[in-house]
Amino acid sequence: MLNLFGLSLPQASAHAQHVDMLIGAFSLLILFLAGPVIVLIFAFAIRYRRGKDVNRDHAPNRNVWLEVSWTIIPFLLILGFFVVSAKMFFSIHEPPADAMPISVVAKQWMWKFQHPQGQSEINTLHVPIGQPVKLTMTSQDVIHSLYVPALRLKQDVLPGRYTELWFTATRPGTYHLFCSQFCGLDHATMGGSVVAMEPGAYGSWLSTQASGGSLATAGATLYRKLGCGACHAGDGTTRAPSLNGLYGSRVTLEGGRQIVADDQYLRDALLDPNAQVTAGYKPIMPTYRGLIGEEQVMQLAAYIRAMKTVPGEHP
Amino acid sequence: MSRAGLHDASREEAAPLHTPAEAQSYLNDGNSLRSWLLTTDHKRIAILYLISITGFFAIAATAAAMMRLNLLTPQGALLTAEGYNRAFTMHGVIMVWFFLIPSIPNVFGNFLIPLMIGARDMAFPRLNLASWYIFMGGGLFTLAALIFGGVDTGWTFYTPLSSTYANGNVVLALSAVFIAGWSSILTGINFIVTIHKLRAPGMTWGRLPLFVWTHYATALILVLATPVLTVTLLLVVAERLFGLGIFNPALGGDPLLFQHLFWFYSHPAVYIMVLPAMGVVSELVPAAAHKKLFGYWFVAYSSLAIALVGFLVWGHHMFVSGQSMYASTVFSFLSLVVAVPSAIKVYNWTATLYKGSIALNAAFLFAMGFIGLFVMGGLTGLMLALLAIDVHVHDTYFVVAHFHYIMVGGAVTAYLGAMHFWWPKMFGRMYNEVWGRISAVLVFIGFNVTFFPQFLLGYMGMPRRYHEYPPEFQTLHVLSTGGAGLLGLGYALPLIYLLYSLRHGEPASANPWKATGLEWTVPSPPPTHNFEDTPIVVREPYDYPLSHDSSIA
Repeated sequence: MLNLFGLSLPQASAHAQHVDMLIGAFSLLILFLAGPVIVLIFAFAIRYRRGKDVNRDHAPNRNVWLEVSWTIIPFLLILGFFVVSAKMFFSIHEPPADAMPISVVAKQWMWKFQHPQGQSEINTLHVPIGQPVKLTMTSQDVIHSLYVPALRLKQDVLPGRYTELWFTATRPGTYHLFCSQFCGLDHATMGGSVVAMEPGAYGSWLSTQASGGSLATAGATLYRKLGCGACHAGDGTTRAPSLNGLYGSRVTLEGGRQIVADDQYLRDALLDPNAQVTAGYKPIMPTYRGLIGEEQVMQLAAYIRAMKTVPGEHP
Repeated sequence: MSRAGLHDASREEAAPLHTPAEAQSYLNDGNSLRSWLLTTDHKRIAILYLISITGFFAIAATAAAMMRLNLLTPQGALLTAEGYNRAFTMHGVIMVWFFLIPSIPNVFGNFLIPLMIGARDMAFPRLNLASWYIFMGGGLFTLAALIFGGVDTGWTFYTPLSSTYANGNVVLALSAVFIAGWSSILTGINFIVTIHKLRAPGMTWGRLPLFVWTHYATALILVLATPVLTVTLLLVVAERLFGLGIFNPALGGDPLLFQHLFWFYSHPAVYIMVLPAMGVVSELVPAAAHKKLFGYWFVAYSSLAIALVGFLVWGHHMFVSGQSMYASTVFSFLSLVVAVPSAIKVYNWTATLYKGSIALNAAFLFAMGFIGLFVMGGLTGLMLALLAIDVHVHDTYFVVAHFHYIMVGGAVTAYLGAMHFWWPKMFGRMYNEVWGRISAVLVFIGFNVTFFPQFLLGYMGMPRRYHEYPPEFQTLHVLSTGGAGLLGLGYALPLIYLLYSLRHGEPASANPWKATGLEWTVPSPPPTHNFEDTPIVVREPYDYPLSHDSSIA
């Protein structure tokens, strides 16, 4: 691992290793492309300095083949790096299906994490190693950005929208967590750490944490309190579509457009329900904007996710 | 003396384009303040810009110095969080809009374009003066924002922070940039019309100096991109003052819309800063090497290519913003494409030196410094264009280092190169060449010591815009601050010896560097109307005589 001035950057995931290899290889290409230019500028400046008696006959003013080749060859070499880096970029945007969902709410100036079993923590995120983890993130105010250098990953966190970040930590340790998008007065202090633990240690850590019940349980309580079931009763013959098995399925909207029912869709359906009306239903659902906060939206979404795992049942 | 020098001297005598010596210099044509403030002479307006942007540079550099001193310790050695945020916002706003964008075009473009194409003035001299007043109006708003306590959004003004949450004088600062934008647009229009309509007989597009080509490309960007910025800033003001829901999702807006609009202007703006710098270097290198520029047409067309493709890459600032990954992939590809015309220029400058007769003077040393720093900035820019690398180093000091290599290492170094090359023409005095070389070397070393450690900091994960940081980053920050001291000295020296030369410098001849180009055929400093008779151009650009057969004028 690179160590500079006592500084070293740990590789906490396989992706981190790949990024380091990519940076290393590209740095070599930079040397290959820039080295000759710098060396030649110095060499020419010395060899052909004014007053020195050297042969300056037949100095060329143009050479189309030379110009085309020094344009095309570096470009092709760089295109190779483009392909590799784009593939890596796609892979960090495609979380595996079994990833452990953690919801993240950012606000000036703190991070709030919620584990699927309901435990929540501020500014520190504990994760098990070897287990893919998917963060579903939103902000309550301005744009923030969650950055973990040891994972070589960052993703902006937007108000009014969900963004995702997933990773599989491979090495236990405590790593820096930063906010990297300038977000106001205390931007520099909006950080903390990611603690990657052996699965067993993670399990026992989790069991010592107070939990207000899992997100889905809290969501179920809220679902009853808000009276959602009055319309979304189940079989889809009532005023509103059934939510059973909704999460992850394709929904046909009024007008024929299809959309995947993901977290973003559920959020929009709660806060701006009449923008995406399911085909065959009337736009009669009231908005819950202002009535419930981001964390409650996430609880309801967790409950609706759970409905998928037990089709036809209402826990 | 070299053969090249002798040939040039003989050619100068034979040159048919000399204006009579009794013509009055533009500097002596009226000494009252009024004669300066109401002038429509493009050369005097250039001097007005020179004085005002030097002032802005000093303010913005002071902010930078405060930031670097603050970062000497992990807890912040000098400023509060608020003070630091306001310092980097002012540093960015003033450096970008009141120094980098106007520097080379408004000072040297204004001064040189009419001289280089054989015209008596710009196409719209009054509009030219109006542009300066508008620019100063924007400057006053900036200073007002500063005096009333500053702005705390960063120069990028990302929403909804700027439109809803920030506590500083955001509206004043946005108005400042809005006003300065109009100055840019008017200057751009003036350049385009001047270059199209006022070229002397025989000054075909193929005989235009590359300095003029790059300013033509720059003017296209100014005219096409700046209106997008000005409208965007108005929208932020509308949301901030009247609560119109444009960018803030709580009001029904889109938080990313601002970034798209902002970077649609601000990425091309990088080329507004660097294309004129490339134009300067394309003049300095052949003049120092006394040799025709290698591959004239490749260099000329690459300017237009940069201007056009530069409009298609704004999304590379947004790879981690939440925009679609397919969009990011396209922007990544196009960003790699735009590097091609830039690389062409670098290779061509290098090839120009081959078999040249190179004068290692201060102007050339600055040009060499530009090439080295620009190459470094450009290639690290490619790293940022590669998606997986950008995700890691985005919004860290790696990005800070990269764009300072382009904008400060590139644009400012070329600006100093231009200053040393055309100073004798502008003021009719020679400066101390030895001090000039010392300054060029100091700037190059100081710059690298300041900003190279920031690449390492960024790779190690140090985010930008932090007034305090984890202690392990301290060593590199201290190194960087030390470099900044050296760099500051390199910038301060020219201020001293150039001002000294105004009174005590040796009088400059019409063509002290034995360079080609119409500006060197008029006396130094030029007379008010530039050319007594409209010159007729019969020569190719950069037709430096090197071998026996091309020496006959």
